Amino acid sequence: MSYVSHNGAELRKILETIGIASPDEVFASIPEALRYGSPLAVGGPEDEESLRRDLAFHPSRVTFTGGGIHRHYIPAVVDAIASRQEFSTAYTPYQPEISQGTLQAVFEYQSMMAGLTGMEISNASMYDGATALAEAALMALRGKGIERIAVTRSTQPTYRSVLATYLAHTGQDGIREIPFDPKTGRVDLRALEESISPDTALFVQSPNYFGVIEPMEQIAEIASRKAGFWGVVITEALSLGVLTSPGAFGPDVVLGEAQSFGNPANAGGPLLGFLCTRKEHARRMPGRVAGLSKDSEGRQAFCLTLSTREQHIRREKATSNICTNQGLCALRAAVYLSAMGPRGLREAALQCAAGARYLMGLLGDRGIRPIFSGPVFNEFVIPMDEGKRAGLEKNGIVPGIPLAGWYPEIGRAVLTTVTEMNTQEECRCLADNV
Amino acid sequence: MSGGQRVTRFPEIPEPLLNVRSAPGRNKRMIPAPFDASVVEGLSEAGGPPSLPDVSEVDTVRHFTRLSRLNYGIDHGMYPLGSCTMKYNPKIAEEIAARLARIHPADAPAMGRVLKCLKTLEQMLQEICGMDACSLWPAAGAHGELTGMMVIRKAFDIRGEKRRTVLIPDTAHGTNPASCTIAGFVTKNIPSGPEGYLDASALGQHLNEDVAALMITNPNTLGIFEREIRVIADLLHANGSYLYMDGANLNAVMGVARPGDMGVDCMHVNLHKTFSTPHGGGGPGSGPVLVKKELARFLPAPFIVRDESGGFVLRARPSEESIGMVHSCLGNVSVCIKALTYILSLGPSGLREAATVACLNALYLKSRLKDLFDLPYATPTLHEFVLSDARQKGRGVTTMDMAKALMDFGFHPPTVYFPLVVAGALMIEPTETEPLEELDRFIAAMEEIAETSREDPEKLHESPRAAPISRVDEVWAARNLILTWSDERIQPGEKGI
Repeated sequence: MSYVSHNGAELRKILETIGIASPDEVFASIPEALRYGSPLAVGGPEDEESLRRDLAFHPSRVTFTGGGIHRHYIPAVVDAIASRQEFSTAYTPYQPEISQGTLQAVFEYQSMMAGLTGMEISNASMYDGATALAEAALMALRGKGIERIAVTRSTQPTYRSVLATYLAHTGQDGIREIPFDPKTGRVDLRALEESISPDTALFVQSPNYFGVIEPMEQIAEIASRKAGFWGVVITEALSLGVLTSPGAFGPDVVLGEAQSFGNPANAGGPLLGFLCTRKEHARRMPGRVAGLSKDSEGRQAFCLTLSTREQHIRREKATSNICTNQGLCALRAAVYLSAMGPRGLREAALQCAAGARYLMGLLGDRGIRPIFSGPVFNEFVIPMDEGKRAGLEKNGIVPGIPLAGWYPEIGRAVLTTVTEMNTQEECRCLADNV
Repeated sequence: MSGGQRVTRFPEIPEPLLNVRSAPGRNKRMIPAPFDASVVEGLSEAGGPPSLPDVSEVDTVRHFTRLSRLNYGIDHGMYPLGSCTMKYNPKIAEEIAARLARIHPADAPAMGRVLKCLKTLEQMLQEICGMDACSLWPAAGAHGELTGMMVIRKAFDIRGEKRRTVLIPDTAHGTNPASCTIAGFVTKNIPSGPEGYLDASALGQHLNEDVAALMITNPNTLGIFEREIRVIADLLHANGSYLYMDGANLNAVMGVARPGDMGVDCMHVNLHKTFSTPHGGGGPGSGPVLVKKELARFLPAPFIVRDESGGFVLRARPSEESIGMVHSCLGNVSVCIKALTYILSLGPSGLREAATVACLNALYLKSRLKDLFDLPYATPTLHEFVLSDARQKGRGVTTMDMAKALMDFGFHPPTVYFPLVVAGALMIEPTETEPLEELDRFIAAMEEIAETSREDPEKLHESPRAAPISRVDEVWAARNLILTWSDERIQPGEKGI
């Protein structure tokens, strides 16, 4: 297949206009020694039907997987709108006069994310929750007097890994990890109290990686008294449909993963990092942001703003290097939130919580209890050895995500997730086979 | 409507904000409810519904459809943004990638096939770039740069060398220095030569034992091939430094010349440019990093490897020498699958044809426009070229005026005021997928703009006239910083400010 339109006559006209005899002469400025003489050893060309045949993918029959990437109901309107080429093929909206669609949708996304998190402002998106955490840490370190980062050990391990990668070059002497209570799965409040100080930026995930809802009021009390900066990490945005807005606890930043809002699991990506903060931090916030403005005739208009923080203006002094972000994923989130509405989002969140309780009940009947006693939203950790897990997978049942690699102290266990995409029958199928 | 306003072709303007359409009870969506939710107790202390607009499905569809009509996409017409490679995005790639939607990355049985495809893409990119190893995890070009520079940093750290300077030519993208800063380097801006490319003989004065790398874009943002790149690579290597290449402009040389053969040690490619995945109004993109053998062990975790049974799995934990993870999962997987589909669709001859025609189309435009506009560099160019407003400026017409005027002819403007080495730059990259009629239509538009700038320059200040809105006051936006609809300066029920 070729997406070049020119026929022979048109090519000849182009060559004549340029004044060359053959197409290859366009490469005359590339030294001979650097030319690659042979055809590239890549596959193809293939017709569309062959591509359809060769590139087939199928999910397992029954899955209870989450851990920062979630399977949720996506209203049909989300795909219908997001597949409009006006949104999907457009570039970053540097030219606002012909990009109002993207810009207003981003502004609405920012408005809804700020509203849901209980914060004042939001950026236009980050790559994913993990890079949002890393960027929030860099943002904190740009603040006065902040010199170290502390994060709860029950924060998603991959996020902590990305954070460590980003901070490896800042001259930090490591990231302080706040342990969890092995009984409840909640943060060890005494350790928290002891390990933070005014030069610390603290990050706490809730619900945490074990699905356990953290005691936010107590954490907020300690953080506001002792930390110089603190943030709440959310890896399951749908929890915002039912849990108290994290902004109510007074953090400097609320960030994380909003893939749950209208973006499918997609084998791992694209995801949708979000970062919400207070107005006072606007000028050191990373990432793009859309603002309200007016056109020369005084009409409502939107444009990218605060660009003096950004790489294309500030270059090496920019607050972040981010350029292309996850625009279409943010659009999907905006359409999703509009389609779900306040009642729909709450109901979907309650279904997740109800499903987890239903499965926990079935497992409990068979003597399998969650490892942690803390209250959960829709994920929980159960003991399971590797053989059992592999056996289930072979039968098309994926019971959850194994934890031993990241948490050797917990032993053989899986993080099991239930959403409104699971059914009672699926839950029974898992419980009967564990 | 107040007097003096033009009759607009866009009844969508202004489209009220979504919250203005909201009224309690409008949303009647039925949510899947497999479980009995009445058992859930004590989760929410606040208890109230989340803060969202309450609108119907029809409201949602009409709202976003109207907004979409205010955008300009690649299926509308030419999008000649220099160094952005806005080429046609094949529909088949979207269809194939959508098949990933319901696969969770922890669904190991299903992921085997996905990983096999990702491994294939890694190998294809290695072949196209002449490099030895690849990581697909960076989610965008700048993320790739950052990852690549972290890899270079790690190579020095392991050796116990403390090199901190990265040389960056003045034609570079802004992300280059920004990425270096985050990776812990200090950047030094170096001037390109009078012909628009980096002069190897002038590079020596900048080389010393603190230089970690040179970050080069080839062809550069003037569209000029860095003809001395091999010598530059040798100089850097002799100095113990690395050569990093920003692959933003790879489309110009795909199948013709390979960065690896030019002496490049580390680079990124933009799948959303060269490999035709859509830009999505600002992402998701994908910025895979490619390195030579020596740097392979520093690439970000996880790694796609074969298990005992010959299937593909992830080695999840970072190896001792890896820089660690740069993304919580596997980057923008579905974007990678779109790129794979594109490469397979074109095949080796198609990739080379794409590069060739991308250059032909750019040279055709340049031949026809160079007598009307200032062409600051006479050096031969490949897939893009840079004009300036030097001839129009005398009459008060700027690059911004011309860019906005192009909208009235139904085009997206070129990249403007970049690269910084050209005052009032107009950087034009048509790509290979533009038909000849569209190129001719663009030339006609530029000719008319040149003529108007001579005869009625005032008129151009008022452009665009046919776009959905007139020029936006970006200074007002930055001064007032109204970033959400909850801002008290927005009056409820009113259309905007």
